[in-house]
This record gives sequence, structure tokens and C-alpha cells, in this order.
Amino acid sequence: MQIKVNGVERSYDGDPNLPLLWYLRDVLGLTGTKFGCGMALCGACTVHQDGKAIRSCVTTVSATAGKEITTIEAISAGGLHVVQQKWIEYNVPQCGYCQSGQIMQAISLLKEKPKPSDEDIDGGMSGNICRCGTYQRIRAAIKAAAGENA
Amino acid sequence: MSDNILNVSRRGFLQGLVSTGALVLSVRLIPEALWAAETTAGSHADRAILHPNVFVGIDTDGTVYLVAARSEMGTSSRTSVPLILADELDADWKRVKLEQAIGDARYGDQDTDGSHSVRDGFVTMREAGATARLMLTQAAAQKWGVPASECESDLHVIVHKPSKRKVGYGELASAAAKLPVPKKEELTYKPKSAWRYIGKGAVSYDLANLCTGKAGFGMDARVDGMVYASVEHPPVLGGKVKSYDEKAPLQVKGVKQTIPIKPFTPPHHFQPLGGIAVVADNSWAAFQGRKKLNVAWDNGPNASYNSDSYKKELQETARKPGKVARNIGDVDAAFAKGGKIVEADYYIPHLAHAPMEPPVALADYRDGKVTVWTCTQSPQAVQETLGDVLGIPKENVTCHVTLLGGGFGRKSKPDYAAEAAILSKATGKPVKVVWSREDDIKFGYYHAVAAMYMKAALDEKGKPTAWLQRSVFPPIGSTFALDTTYGDGGELGQGWTDLPFDVPNHRVENGSAVNHVRIGWFRSVANIYHGFAAQSFANELAHASGRDSVEYLLQLIGPARIVDVKATAPDYDNYGGAPTEYPLDTARMRRVVELAAEKSGWGKRKLGKGSGMGIAVHRSFLTYVATVVEVEVDDQGEVKIPVVHTAVDAGIVVNPEATRAQFEGAAVFGTSIVRSGAITAKDGVIEQSNFNDYPVARMNEAPYKTNVYIVDSDAPPAGVGEPGVPPFAPAVCNAIFAANGKRIRELPLSKNSANG
Repeated sequence: MQIKVNGVERSYDGDPNLPLLWYLRDVLGLTGTKFGCGMALCGACTVHQDGKAIRSCVTTVSATAGKEITTIEAISAGGLHVVQQKWIEYNVPQCGYCQSGQIMQAISLLKEKPKPSDEDIDGGMSGNICRCGTYQRIRAAIKAAAGENA
Repeated sequence: MSDNILNVSRRGFLQGLVSTGALVLSVRLIPEALWAAETTAGSHADRAILHPNVFVGIDTDGTVYLVAARSEMGTSSRTSVPLILADELDADWKRVKLEQAIGDARYGDQDTDGSHSVRDGFVTMREAGATARLMLTQAAAQKWGVPASECESDLHVIVHKPSKRKVGYGELASAAAKLPVPKKEELTYKPKSAWRYIGKGAVSYDLANLCTGKAGFGMDARVDGMVYASVEHPPVLGGKVKSYDEKAPLQVKGVKQTIPIKPFTPPHHFQPLGGIAVVADNSWAAFQGRKKLNVAWDNGPNASYNSDSYKKELQETARKPGKVARNIGDVDAAFAKGGKIVEADYYIPHLAHAPMEPPVALADYRDGKVTVWTCTQSPQAVQETLGDVLGIPKENVTCHVTLLGGGFGRKSKPDYAAEAAILSKATGKPVKVVWSREDDIKFGYYHAVAAMYMKAALDEKGKPTAWLQRSVFPPIGSTFALDTTYGDGGELGQGWTDLPFDVPNHRVENGSAVNHVRIGWFRSVANIYHGFAAQSFANELAHASGRDSVEYLLQLIGPARIVDVKATAPDYDNYGGAPTEYPLDTARMRRVVELAAEKSGWGKRKLGKGSGMGIAVHRSFLTYVATVVEVEVDDQGEVKIPVVHTAVDAGIVVNPEATRAQFEGAAVFGTSIVRSGAITAKDGVIEQSNFNDYPVARMNEAPYKTNVYIVDSDAPPAGVGEPGVPPFAPAVCNAIFAANGKRIRELPLSKNSANG
């Protein structure tokens, strides 16, 4: 099976039911993508599949064959993404564990809704839990990033 | 192998120093530069030319190495504490390299809990910084042949005042290192007017790494040759394995072996729960292997634990006389005189910490020594616990502290690190134990379930003439001594014996409760249930008296004065703070109430139907906090929180931005407690398992905006990580009452609709 992660083609012959999350983390060592719940309840494991946010904890490796997977490690390959810049500017993270997933989700949201309303942000981001409670800064950073996109 | 890792890691660290930008690290290495640069050979601070104490080292290139001895779990301790040293040293923060300390008694108390990192660091860090600054000053004076009194520090340089000559810290480091380390009595401290960083703060040292996936959490630790493990724990506390299938898990691709972990010897303390570990070549395979273990358990006596009947027991106990923890005047005589009697019962269930990063640890046991990389709030507890379970001296346990993906008190208890160490010894390989979310929710050290009973007699003006309060909860002490059934001075001093109310007859009691699950510290601890009862009841009395809530609260606090709690509550410990330094000052409590009320527009704004405002005030961890919450309650009882106003007097605030973030976060944490948090047991087994049945606040449920107002203060620094939590739940419930007249006495709302 061929899998493309962050632009690199890789062969995989392990358990086809292995969730992408654990392939990224335990096999490839791409630990920027986090484990939070294993049931698509918290969003910590969010990566992009063909540019759209998915939960890697419930997506099997085999289901990603022929698709392009992008993780937090590749988002800033050409310099910080505007969403990351705003995350830093608004001092969003506390512990930071969920923030890879939050950032990947926010980038995906802004692709769909370049000028998101509060309702759009609630709708797009409420699947991503932050136990430290950084939501109001996440909202502010997304709005700032949207302004920057204009 | 151990040496190999250390060498590789040190090389990684040095490479990091050479490149000025973000560190680029191979995924095959532990990205140690991002957390613990320190090895058994010492820290970079130790190895620097000038290292007058364990917290600072200065090299000839002017690099200042500062050691962060407390853990980073999101509260900014790792940044804010060394920042105090940098300020006193007059060091340029841009030229500071932080290193995370390993667990080592030479750093003193390393526990990152109790909201005391900045409070402690304000003394130790300034001492350490002043020491280095004095040595640099003396070295410069020698170099120029001038009196030291003519020299003073400026940013990363010593200046000769008369001649305006300057010399950099790096240039002075070698000469300063030859001088004797000055005694404490010789040190002088910068005046407040000269502070560079204290009161201004700095963003997290790890900010960029946290936004790019490069930050190193416990979950991210890796070493060559490591295997992964997941443990099937006894579903009931104290349960034992009767039988299991050791072969079936091996059918799962990637599973290597199963290993029993023996049950703990009571009391459970921080020992592993026991059970069966499945070892595999990835985390997920280990999880899958557990499903085939088919364990038969001997559940033991705690299988009798049922939250429904236990709740009734607690509530009945709360209605009976308990052990007196504080007494003022004669409550019984005052009640006998009559007046308007108001009574209420309150209840808060068990809660689970649920940090986003579940417990996880990587351990490598070799020849009687173990090295562990883990997300811990207490690396010295890791040393002690692993020493105990492995039967080795704690000095043979090297604990590297990673970043923590949240802690909230769960990661003060290193049972998971002990599992990794036991399994590494058993397999002869480095083992990473990964807890699933289900493990985290089902096998926590829970926040105590608590029942409170309150009774007051009011005179014709609504002023209480008598006040009786009782709380009943399984105490944290039961984790360390099973027969402990009463709260200690610490728990009872958390928003209970220390209520500074102006009431002539006041009695505080505590009832007995037996534990059946592990009970532990949870962000703001006993303040949660005590604050909920006390501040809800204060609001009930305001209503019973037909008075405005803010005005009534101020009357209840009474005139500005220092309250000597210990005089009437002998076991009161004031969070370890000396009463001279940290007196309970009602002027400060009044001020935060007035400030929160003013900023919220209390009494001046017309709210729509279904909207209401509520206030609560609480002192915890030596910090005074008042919170006004505005709610909108719809016909279905669904509560929205458009805005929160929180006023904080935490004494001198080192890092205002991080402090604001803590109070914003506390409002969200508090929202989870109000809306949905409840851990319950049936036949000793915890009924919840993941975020579906133990929901925590999401963005659409959280307060839309939390405004934080920090009182300018010269009082010594107090806590900021926890004190935002306790007033939040009562403020919400008081707001719901204002909105629709429904009084909430039991949390969470999901079990007790807010619908009028």
C-alpha cells in the first residue's frame, strides 16, 4: 500500500486497520499530531486529508491510500502559516497539547469559510476540546487570520 | 544504552544552541533540548563558568542558563519563575536558555501544585539572581580597580557609574567565578521601580514550539528500541486478577507479550493499580491486545460502592452534628433565640481531571537504575515512587520532566510512571506506557464527591445572627491512610474554616466519609465544593432578605479588617503562608467584589428576559477573586454565558498575560463543572469512560468572553492557576437564579435542569 504523508510517498504493509494517528506517531515519529480520545470526540489528532480536516484516530491507514495527508509538521514548511502566526500573536496556547489539532482544524475552517462568523467558528471548532480553556483566544486568532487573508 | 542516549541528547542540545532559530531535531532522538537538558552529569547551568547556585549559570559568551525546576502544564510556571531570576540578575531574556530540571532534592520543592510556584520562586529566584549579579558587580569593580559601590547592573552589563564604562556578563563570567559566593545577608534586591520583567511578564518560552507541533510532551518521548504498553487495570479499586488469557492478545499483529503487574499494597498511595499489561510495537496494538485478555477479577470490598446510595449517606451525615473545625460564639444559643431560619443542602459529584494528554511515561531500566521521561507535576514523587516499587534507592531514579499536556492535579500522582518502570525491568527494554482516555477517566484520583449543609438565622434586617455549615467528603488523606475519614486542616481551610464573614455566632463542622475510589487533588481542590455551598448560600440569604446580592455580600464580609482564622480554627494552615505575610484581609476581598461589580455594570444594566447576573467571591491559594457571570437561560433550561467579569487580587503579579489566561481558562474549567462534570460508580466501577459520557466544555458552551481585571498590589505574590475556579460555579448558579428563579443546589446542570 502506498501512502503520501507530507509530500513523501511511503509503502506500508502493516495492519490495514491501524489508525492513521498511530502510524504517524508511533511508526513515522511525527509526534506533532496528538492522541486525546481515540473516538473522534476531541480533535487533538486532526490532520488534513487532501486539504480537509479529518480525525486521524478513527481513520485507518488503508483508508488514506491514494490520498494526500498533511500534518502540523508540514504546515509551516515554508514559514509559519498565517494561522500559526496569529496563534503566537494572540498567545493562544496554555499547555498547548490540543493546539496542533486546533490549528489544523482552523486552517481547514478558513479554507471553507474565509470570513467565518461566530456561528461558523462555533460550528467549525466545537469538535476540538481545549481543557485549559483557550477558546476565546482561538476565536480571536481565527478572526485575525481571516482578516489577514483578505 | 543509557550513556548513548545521554550523549546523543547532549549533542542535540548543543546543536540547538548553535542554530539561533527553531530547533530542528531528528525524530529518532528524544527532543531533549525542548525539555530536560540536564543529565546525571549535571545541567548546563552547572557546567557554565559562573554557577553560583543550582538555578543559574553564565558562560563566557554571555549565555545565561536558567533552570526551570517546576513543571510546565499550561500555567506558565516554566517561564514565569525563571523570569523572576532574570529580572533580579538584570539578564537579557533573549540571551537566556531555559533548561528543565530533572527531579532532584537539590532544587528544593519541585511540586507544581497548590498554585505556589511563583509565590515560592519570588523568594528563591530573586536570591539566586541577586547572588550572581553581586558576583558580576564585584568582578567588574576588580577589573576596573574601583569600589563595587560605584558599579551597578544594567541590561546584561555592569556599569561603572562615574565613568560610564560598561562590561558584559559574558566577559565577567570567568573572573566572577573566582570570587566567593556571597552570603544571603550581603545581597541587595532591585526596587520595584527597576523591575524589568516582573509585572510585565513574557510569553511562554515554548510558545512557537507549541504552535508548530515541535513541543515535547510526555506522549512524544521516544528512544531507540522502545516498545509500547497498555495496562488493563482492575475495574474496582483494590481488585485482583483471578485469571486471564495470556495467549489470545498475541493474535493481534504487533503484540509481543503480556505481563502481570501485581496489585498495590494498601494504602494505594501512588502505587500502580495492578492488572495485566500488553506490550506491543505500537500503542494501538497494545490497546487492541487488551480486548482479548478476558480477565476474571476478584473485585474486593469496594465493589459495594454505588454513587446513588453513597450520595444519600453523605447527605444524611451532613444533617447530623460533625467534628467542629471552627467555632465562634454560641451558634446553638443564637438559633434558639429564633429569627428567620434559612437552610440548604448542596452537592457536587466526583470529577475527573481529564487533561488532554492522558497519563503516559517512558522508562528505561538498566542494572538497578531507571531513567524515566514523563509528564509529571512532581519529579521527586516519581523518584520516591519508582524507588519504592523497584526496591532501589531514589537516587537511582532519573526523572526527566517533559511538557505536560495539562495536569490539573492528576499528574502529581505518578502511578503511570511506576508502571513503565516495572515493565521496563520486566522486558529489559525501554517501555512507554500509554493510558487511553478510557483509562484516564476510569482510573483517576478523583475530586472528592461532597455534600454540604448550611443553616443561618437572620435578624429583621437580614443580617445573620447564627451560621452553621457542615461538609462531608471522602478526604484526600485516605489515599495515604485508608482509615482517614475526616478532612484535614488543609482541606477544611479551603474556603470553609476561613470564611471571613461578619457573623457573631459561627460554627464549621466536618462529617466522616469512607473512600472507595482514589481521591486526589484537583484544580483548586476542596475550594470547589466549599465555595459552591458558601457563595450559593450567601446569595440565598440575600434573596431571603430582599437585598441586592452585591450589597448583601459586602455586608456579610463586613468592615475592612484582618481576620485571625487560626484563633477560632486551630488546624487552619493558610496554604502554608505566614499570617504576617499573607493575612486574611477583608479589605482586599471587598475590593475585588466592588471591582467585579463595577466592571460588569452591576445594577446599572437592563437585562432581557431569561438573562441574569450572579456574583461570588472566594479567597483561595492566598488570592482574592470575585466573579460576575451573566447567563441567558432558554425555555429548555439551556444556559449560555455571554460574558464573565473576574477581578483578581493575587498580590504582585509576575506575568499578567499568563495570569489573565489562567482566569479565562478557569471560567471554562468551571463551566465544565457546572454543565456536565460527574463521575459516578456502580458496584465499584466508574460508569464514565470518554468525552461522550464525561463531557467537558466545548467552544460553543464556554463563556463567550471572560474579562479579567488584575488589582495592582504590593502584597507578596499568591496563586493564579487555581483561584479562578471556586467562585465560578456559584456565580453561574446565582445568575441562573437571577434569570429565572431556579435555585441550583446540586451540580452538574445536566442532572439538574436549570429550567425554571
